[in-house]
Amino acid sequence: MTDVLLRIEALSKRFGGVLASDAISLEVPAGELHAIIGPNGAGKTTLIGQLAGEIAPDGGRIEFAKADITRLPAWRRSRLGLARSFQITSLFPDFSALDNVALAVQAHAGHSFRFWRDARSEPGLREPARAALARLAIAERADMLVSRLSHGELATRPRMLLLDEPMAGMGPDESARMVATLRELKGELTILLIEHDMEAVFALADRITVLVYGRIIASGAPEAIRADEKVREAYLGEQEAGNA
Amino acid sequence: MNHLFMPRNAVVVVLLLLLAALPLYASLAGNPFLVTLFTRILILAMAATSLNFILGYGGMVSFGHAVYLGIGGYAVGILAFEGVASGFVQWPLAIIACALFALVVGALSLRTRGVYFIMITLAFAQLIYYFGVGLDRYGADDGLSIRQRSAFAGPIDLSNRTQFYYLCLLLLIATIYVTWHLVNSRFGMVLQGSRSNDRRMRAIGFPTFRYRLTGFVIAGAICGLAGALLANHTGFISPATMHWTRSGDLIVMVVLGGMASSFGPLFGAVVLLTLEEALPLAIRTLATPLFGDVAVRMGEYWQILLGPLFLLVVLFARGGIDGLLAGSRRD
Repeated sequence: MTDVLLRIEALSKRFGGVLASDAISLEVPAGELHAIIGPNGAGKTTLIGQLAGEIAPDGGRIEFAKADITRLPAWRRSRLGLARSFQITSLFPDFSALDNVALAVQAHAGHSFRFWRDARSEPGLREPARAALARLAIAERADMLVSRLSHGELATRPRMLLLDEPMAGMGPDESARMVATLRELKGELTILLIEHDMEAVFALADRITVLVYGRIIASGAPEAIRADEKVREAYLGEQEAGNA
Repeated sequence: MNHLFMPRNAVVVVLLLLLAALPLYASLAGNPFLVTLFTRILILAMAATSLNFILGYGGMVSFGHAVYLGIGGYAVGILAFEGVASGFVQWPLAIIACALFALVVGALSLRTRGVYFIMITLAFAQLIYYFGVGLDRYGADDGLSIRQRSAFAGPIDLSNRTQFYYLCLLLLIATIYVTWHLVNSRFGMVLQGSRSNDRRMRAIGFPTFRYRLTGFVIAGAICGLAGALLANHTGFISPATMHWTRSGDLIVMVVLGGMASSFGPLFGAVVLLTLEEALPLAIRTLATPLFGDVAVRMGEYWQILLGPLFLLVVLFARGGIDGLLAGSRRD
């Protein structure tokens, strides 16, 4: 049960003079919801980018499901079950919500060198897409939520979800619904979550890692993080660690 | 299909009927030039359709698409010159040569984006243009006359203008039909998704490069066939066929007609090439009473009117003619 699904070893990335990832090592067991927090510029998005295969690390190793994926292109990682979420601007604006999710289904339904049949009338793509939309009860507000969680990625049945600030810009109601959705997903998926909303992070996460200037300064259960002196100093300082 | 009676569809039907009846009208009116003009329009519409496939649907702004008209044309011209007149040899070779060239260009240029992609496709086209200029055996920059049209079996005789016109019409409709299937298939979904957001496509598991390359090759192959038709039509092939301004003309047709629409390139080709004939005439006719002999020269500057027209379309009708007819950009 506590198999390690994602293992990061001494991952390093430098942009000019800035160390965005400074020998980051981290293990995420299967089934865990692991949150990464840190002040702006801590290198959180760079870390997700390296995990998703969009940024090549300078050094270190990434292991997913016991396979070395450090040099794999993004689309191969996706096929292994490592799905990355996107924010609103990253949708395919020319497609409907259903088209978006169907495209994600198609991505994992063999090759797409199929030149003739109308893809929008293929039940094999449409049905799972409809089911994914319905399951998350977003039929009535499909546009908003699909884009946020990019539920398209969920339709591909990933093993692990990389979420980059899914609640950015959301109102309190939507945030609450997103927390509920994530809590529901938590049992079946391993999730790596980057989020600014501390309330949500402390409510959801099994473990929290704090990143400052590309370096891990603390990692552990929410209570331990809340009590950690270094964390208070570096990050939680002015916004009152407790918050709940 | 509940939009069956949209103005766009009505226009398509009327246009196709007119195109089908054109040779009859031309012979009744005693104006064979019309058939010549519209054969050319059909062929360039086919080239523009192939460009729209990668530009409109795939987001690949190839600025060297006329090079395939040239390669296809030279395949026909060179084979005819060397004594191989059979269309069964000429046309497949024209298509294969273009597909191979597109494979090489695509493999290199599709690794880049935006302006770089435009410049690399242009550079490759110019490379072949100057290669054509240097082909001393085949007329260099004076070009090469093709004395005999491609020979096919049985009753097919391409030197019959009417027959050739209908063959071009048939091949154009087939091209539009095939591309329609391509863009709505799974393959087309990947192509269109990659136009919107290639990074996300890769993140959800599509190796997009190979699909984009395949699309690029298909477009080149179709345009190669158009090139073989064009060489047969004019009985002549020269480097000018693949000059970069010709590639620009094809882009204008696509944008004017409406990107990412099935019949847009046909609209664009019809409008652009008829204006090319009609505007000089109109200017001459209108200006003669005012300026006398000078009016004849004024007709040569018809593009002064075309420019602002194109500007208006780009500024106010992003969907081109097709968009105006459909009412909205997309349905």
